Amino acid sequence: MALEYNKELYRDDVYQWQEGELTATRTTAWGGPGCHNGCAVIYYTDKDGKLVNIEGDPNSPFSRGRLCLRCLNYVEQINSPTRLLHPMKRAKEDRGKDAWEQISWDEALDIIDKNVKCIQREYGPESIAAMMGTGRNVCWQCPVICYWAFQSPNFCLGFLSGDACMLPRSTLNFAQNGGALIADMSQSHPLRYEDDPEYEIPKLVIMWGNNPVVSNSDAFLGHWIVDVMQRGAKTIVVDPKLTWMASRADVWLRLRPGTDAALAMGMTHVIIEEDLYDHDFVSRWSYGFDELVEAAKEYTPEKVAEICWVDAEDIRKAARMYAELHPAAMQWGLKVDQSPTGIPCAQAINNLVALTGNYDVPGGNIQTDQPYRTDMAYNCGLQDVPEEIRAKRIGDKISPLHTFGFSATAMSDMILHAIETDDPYPIKMMWFQSTNPIANMGTEAPRVYKALMKLDFVAVADIFMTPTAMACADLVLPIAMCPERNSFRTWYTPMRAITKVCEAPGEAVSDEELIVKVVGKCNPELLERFGIHDDVELLDFFLRERSDYGGQLGRDFHDLKEEVFNYPELPYKKYEKGLCRPDGSVGFMTMTGRFEFSIYPFKQWGMPPVPYFEEPPESPYSDKIDEAYKEEYPLVLTTGARMWQYFHSEHRQFPRMRQIQPDPQVRMNPETAEKYGVIEGDWVWIENHRGRCRQKVVFDVTYDPRVIAADHGWWFPERDPEAPSLYGVFDSNINNLTSQMQFGETGYGAPYCCLMCKIYKCTEENSKVLPGVQVTELGGWEYEMAQPNVREAENADVNGNELNEALYAGRGDE
Amino acid sequence: MSTNALVINYEYCTGCHTCEVACQVEHNLAAGQYGIKILQDGPRQLESGKWEYNYLPMPTSLCDLCADRVAEGRLPKCVHHCQAGIMDFGTVEEMAEVVEGKPNSVMFRLKD
Repeated sequence: MALEYNKELYRDDVYQWQEGELTATRTTAWGGPGCHNGCAVIYYTDKDGKLVNIEGDPNSPFSRGRLCLRCLNYVEQINSPTRLLHPMKRAKEDRGKDAWEQISWDEALDIIDKNVKCIQREYGPESIAAMMGTGRNVCWQCPVICYWAFQSPNFCLGFLSGDACMLPRSTLNFAQNGGALIADMSQSHPLRYEDDPEYEIPKLVIMWGNNPVVSNSDAFLGHWIVDVMQRGAKTIVVDPKLTWMASRADVWLRLRPGTDAALAMGMTHVIIEEDLYDHDFVSRWSYGFDELVEAAKEYTPEKVAEICWVDAEDIRKAARMYAELHPAAMQWGLKVDQSPTGIPCAQAINNLVALTGNYDVPGGNIQTDQPYRTDMAYNCGLQDVPEEIRAKRIGDKISPLHTFGFSATAMSDMILHAIETDDPYPIKMMWFQSTNPIANMGTEAPRVYKALMKLDFVAVADIFMTPTAMACADLVLPIAMCPERNSFRTWYTPMRAITKVCEAPGEAVSDEELIVKVVGKCNPELLERFGIHDDVELLDFFLRERSDYGGQLGRDFHDLKEEVFNYPELPYKKYEKGLCRPDGSVGFMTMTGRFEFSIYPFKQWGMPPVPYFEEPPESPYSDKIDEAYKEEYPLVLTTGARMWQYFHSEHRQFPRMRQIQPDPQVRMNPETAEKYGVIEGDWVWIENHRGRCRQKVVFDVTYDPRVIAADHGWWFPERDPEAPSLYGVFDSNINNLTSQMQFGETGYGAPYCCLMCKIYKCTEENSKVLPGVQVTELGGWEYEMAQPNVREAENADVNGNELNEALYAGRGDE
Repeated sequence: MSTNALVINYEYCTGCHTCEVACQVEHNLAAGQYGIKILQDGPRQLESGKWEYNYLPMPTSLCDLCADRVAEGRLPKCVHHCQAGIMDFGTVEEMAEVVEGKPNSVMFRLKD
């Protein structure tokens, strides 16, 4: 069923060729604007070096010619008249005003250096924090600036409460089985589907807490699932709404948002009770099964049905299908992370993968990693920060997972707490690289705004002026888009080149060039020591010195650019082959050497070692809120569903993206709308005790009438940039209602998807004070802000640092 | 010369809007003007309890089946990039054979 592409026009023997007046360059694309994937593209540039066209590269096994609407529209994006072109500064007292002054890069770097040195001297380097957004190919670049230039250990994501995006799942994976697990659609190998002799088409794919064709999350191209459906795979969907995928599914589990852990334990109950689990795997390769059996007893399908608002028979049917159809792939997503039980929920689902015999098997879930033992992620360059400073990383006391070295970043709730209280020490400067937290991932946005206004110095590096920069930055730095940068991608196999084909407009620089500039200014000795003078030398340094791609083979960025992509070997069942542990023995890279159904170190640390469900703090059944609250705010609120045309808060300024959905939308059952006296197309206020925002009603009969789903990420580039408007960022911002500091006892997971709210129709009368005015001029809404519940590690019998060292031993970069 | 046609296997169309934007880019159409437009039916529950939920990309009067691209030896821009791989392009005769093997497909050809 593959299309026939013209092999003379779409070449695979070279990375660059001439077509008449145009130069064609094969490479891969990865932000910004962002996404989670690195699809293969052919850029066509004219004789003046301008990008004139982009096509999907049919010779890429990864994306096989296809390309989504956002990449296809790159020429409109790159030529957007509103791009940032020059560094700009603004006096601190002018925050919120469009009072920018264009300056040179030299002056911008002087300003950065002056502030960095001053804070380092007065408070210590740890008083500088750096934050990045998701999926913008800054996931090692921003950390490197934080660690190399500022020498601070405090890098994290943009006020992402409970690190509730992928980190709960990846941390759980490392603790429970010693490596990342992803649904296997044959993407780790150069031959796909039936062309790969070892691969098996999954008989079943479960989509849990994500709508992969839209979200393409965690380096997974959602349409691969459509590929395997066309080859016979059945599907199960766990989602509060009927997605298109759910309409094709054998079972659609319309669960109450935030109850995923209960559902996973219900399925575990059925699989154990009906003796459907993989006895061979359990007896030969696992630890703690008996404890799981005990823990799952109480989660009968009937009880779980009541918790989750689903049918008990559907739970049984889903569990049986997963156990009986082999192989079966689990594609889990963001919503697993977005309740305070993020870690136990991830554990419960991960248990299912192992119980059903789908661990590291073709067409099940494959254990993966970055290719060639690169470590181009959140800890990239951390080793170059002095150990005594590293020990000051904020949030390291939040849970044993953090204390004992399982955390990938500083903890963002605790950074906010430090800004608010100076505890454990003050934060004075923030560096934002490709993140717009007030518009997007920062929960309790008005609280974040207030904290940012306190800071001595804020710098933002981005491709556009953002509401966050307009609100609180003192310095803004212009960043290049994808075709304007040299970089590479190691977020799972294959290793991919990102090749520059055109010059950035004005004085914009790539994130890699930014590293060279900022580190070169603030910590020049370090760059000199590593022999780095430009972006390509930076890439060569990591490829040669901190990766096996270069390593003994001596390959560098130039080689990767010519290869375009490179697939290292990634066999299945690595635990049977001695490929998981540095000592080469068989088994898993865990304390027990086994897959831990009950996590051994958790037990030693006094944490629940087996999964459990707990009501979200604000839910219809929570005992943390009273009946009056439930009566005032009766609706369950979820948010964060992805849209085809926008990546989070991005793409709102491009007409061809905005045409698809011009306004923020809140989706609900018509029954709900009727109850609250609104109709489709009405603007409504969505409100809880923390605040309110307005969005436009869209009917969707597939929602439970007790649940509504609001958009996230909205701001309006066409509106007034200055406060109180700030591009209208607070007016439709669902993060006026979400919370900080309600993370789980592991420090991971936060209730992004499971809060309570009410709705009422917007009228002239009740719209006199818009949220922008409320937040920027009236001090926000009045309520008691949650404070962090810090729990010191209770039992240090098992030294997690030793475990962590063991985990990373032999990774080549230590 | 045989007439060319598109086959759209809407059984697996996810409604991703790729074809719409691919077409706008190829034909330099402004936002809001379409050479192919996604139509939606559902989600609507049937008496059987099953759900009807389909997307159908409908070529408009602005579609020329990418005559320039095809002359160069390329596929129409929407066919090349369709994320779900549900579009085929060829002569009416070839496409009739494709439809034979793909239930829930429609064929489209240009007005003479």
